[in-house]
Amino acid sequence: MAILINETTRIIVQGFTGKIGSFHAQDMMNYGSLVVGGVTPGKGGQTHLGLPVFNTVKEAVQQAEAEASIIFVPPAFAADSIIEAADAGIKYCVAITDGIPTQDMMTVKSFLRRFAKEDRMVLTGPNCAGTISPGRSMLGIMPGHIYMQGNVGIVGRSGTLGYEAADQMKRLGIGISTSVGIGGDPINGSSHRDVLELFEQDPETKVVLMIGEIGGPQEVDAGFFARDHMTKPVVAYIAGLTAPEGRRMGHAGAIISSAGESASEKVALLRELGVTICPTPAAMGATIAEVLANI
Amino acid sequence: MQAVWHAGYNNSDNNGDAVDIHEYQAKEILSGYGIKIAEGGLAYSPEDAVQRAREIGGHIWAVKAQIHSGARGKAGGIKICKTHDDVEAAAEALLGKRLVTHQTGPVGKVCARLYVEAGTDIAKELYFCFLVDRSSERIVMVGSAQGGMDIEELAVTQPDAITKIYIEPAVGLQDYQAREMAFALGLDTEILSHAVKTIRGCYRALRDLDASMLEINPLVITRSGELVALDAKMGFDENALFRQQKISELRDKTQEDPRETAAADRGLSYVGLDGDIGCMINGAGLAMATMDMIKLAGGEPANFLDVGGGASAERTEKAFRLVLADKNVKAMLVNIFAGINRCDWIAEGVVQAVRKIDMKVPLIVRLSGTNVEEGRRIIAGSGLPIITAETLAEAAEKAVQARNEVVAREA
Repeated sequence: MAILINETTRIIVQGFTGKIGSFHAQDMMNYGSLVVGGVTPGKGGQTHLGLPVFNTVKEAVQQAEAEASIIFVPPAFAADSIIEAADAGIKYCVAITDGIPTQDMMTVKSFLRRFAKEDRMVLTGPNCAGTISPGRSMLGIMPGHIYMQGNVGIVGRSGTLGYEAADQMKRLGIGISTSVGIGGDPINGSSHRDVLELFEQDPETKVVLMIGEIGGPQEVDAGFFARDHMTKPVVAYIAGLTAPEGRRMGHAGAIISSAGESASEKVALLRELGVTICPTPAAMGATIAEVLANI
Repeated sequence: MQAVWHAGYNNSDNNGDAVDIHEYQAKEILSGYGIKIAEGGLAYSPEDAVQRAREIGGHIWAVKAQIHSGARGKAGGIKICKTHDDVEAAAEALLGKRLVTHQTGPVGKVCARLYVEAGTDIAKELYFCFLVDRSSERIVMVGSAQGGMDIEELAVTQPDAITKIYIEPAVGLQDYQAREMAFALGLDTEILSHAVKTIRGCYRALRDLDASMLEINPLVITRSGELVALDAKMGFDENALFRQQKISELRDKTQEDPRETAAADRGLSYVGLDGDIGCMINGAGLAMATMDMIKLAGGEPANFLDVGGGASAERTEKAFRLVLADKNVKAMLVNIFAGINRCDWIAEGVVQAVRKIDMKVPLIVRLSGTNVEEGRRIIAGSGLPIITAETLAEAAEKAVQARNEVVAREA
């Protein structure tokens, strides 16, 4: 099962023939992802990495039955690529691109809201490492070999901190159903809550690890969802205990600008909502192990 | 508490690292969008300031320090003057002065420019702003008839005194929404069309220029019944600067932290902090988590530094120099989880950097991920006194221990 992607998911790469797009397309294929082609406007009809190149996403959907896409298009053009994917009927899109203007993301979200929920493309990112269902499919830029297949779902904003979690779990022999990076931008395709909703419906996922950080309301919103609508335990770590107020910590979204947005406030609220908190970032694996042992 | 985040007011007052511009620049922009401002001019010296006051005429002027911060009034950054001698004295007092407000941090910001403005005959002060609301993923317009007050405080004590109107991006601000705000601000019907024009102008400026916030506090009604922007603050989306050349040119880098500016120029993300354990990490989340581990192990991080995905040897050396430029640093921790990166490349970069820079403080390195074994071999084989760690916890503990040893030796 897993969520969002598995071994049968037909993938296209937007920004396929560029240096970054090519590198990661090859890496995903090496992992075993079912990449069926890519899109580079003006290069339609060519073959790249042994796969067809299309001029438009619509052609890729019609001719290669593409269902999922991954975007490596530069920031100035990325919103257009996301909207193109949604318009062409892509079901799931990962936007890797970092640096998309906020107003462009507002436009993207507004466009996506025009579709009924069941017809709406799921978008994760931008500014993320992508999604992996270990052993089945990788739609991202992560080092696939650090993930072991299993029953824990991961959702997080940060790429490398997600790797850290997967690594700690692997050392303890704990595997992952799907790991989803939602990205570090203030306005992103899917929230922590959206991904929790998917994990709750996935029979294979037994526990979910939410890796959050300072800034914004998303972690606590997800906490409310976990309390009110989830049967599965949720474990969380919130990064940024030492972050000062009003300073952006790398991610555009990681900035404490309102009450309730600091790591300690989020932790206190999540705890009240019944979420298990990892006491330290080095204890993500151990905390998951404890929760798994009690199921 | 939830209501507070969803309102997101504090964004307006604490704009973090959106690209800020000065009041006089924001006013010039707004004036171009039909918003009324008082007559004013820029001054770099007391003589300039007096000259501006003469040109403006009248017999009351505000001499305003141009620093990237709100709450300047409370910090003594705005002086009301009734004679040219007063203007000169105010300018002398403000130029070169370091102003500390609750938004600048304890270091404050140095005032190098003044804005001299005609006094405004105020009948009423209002609060007005537009900003990006993360929860609704829309631009929100916020207003209150109780202007001049601290809006954060008002949001807590009298939330009903604040009106918020959300704008659907596909449709944009509608006149009825502007009218709704004008009524909420208690404006007279005689100035309704003027108010709608002002509000629409602000929205257009925000949209056209990729601003993430635009705050007018106070927006005043004059005794002659005009709406005037008495102060103006704008912050812009850094990600959109590629299409906002004019805004890039308005940037005043003297108002930004020089270390952060230097880091940004090198493609690194750096935030200076008060502790003494220097950090170099790849990825913002892992960087914050590593800093948390340092704190939990009993230390304090000296900085946040994300070296990003492609940490080449050159970039690693630059990052080292940046961290070590902070003289408080007593130990340095490198924590890299290699994905696209490879540990062996990172290790070579670290070894090169240490050899090139005469490092005086202990260095702790933790590598993980792609090609970790080779990376560790390179560090071990270098013969350099680098302390290595396998896990995040071990890395933080060793860094704190090394720092404590340095402090003990110095004592």
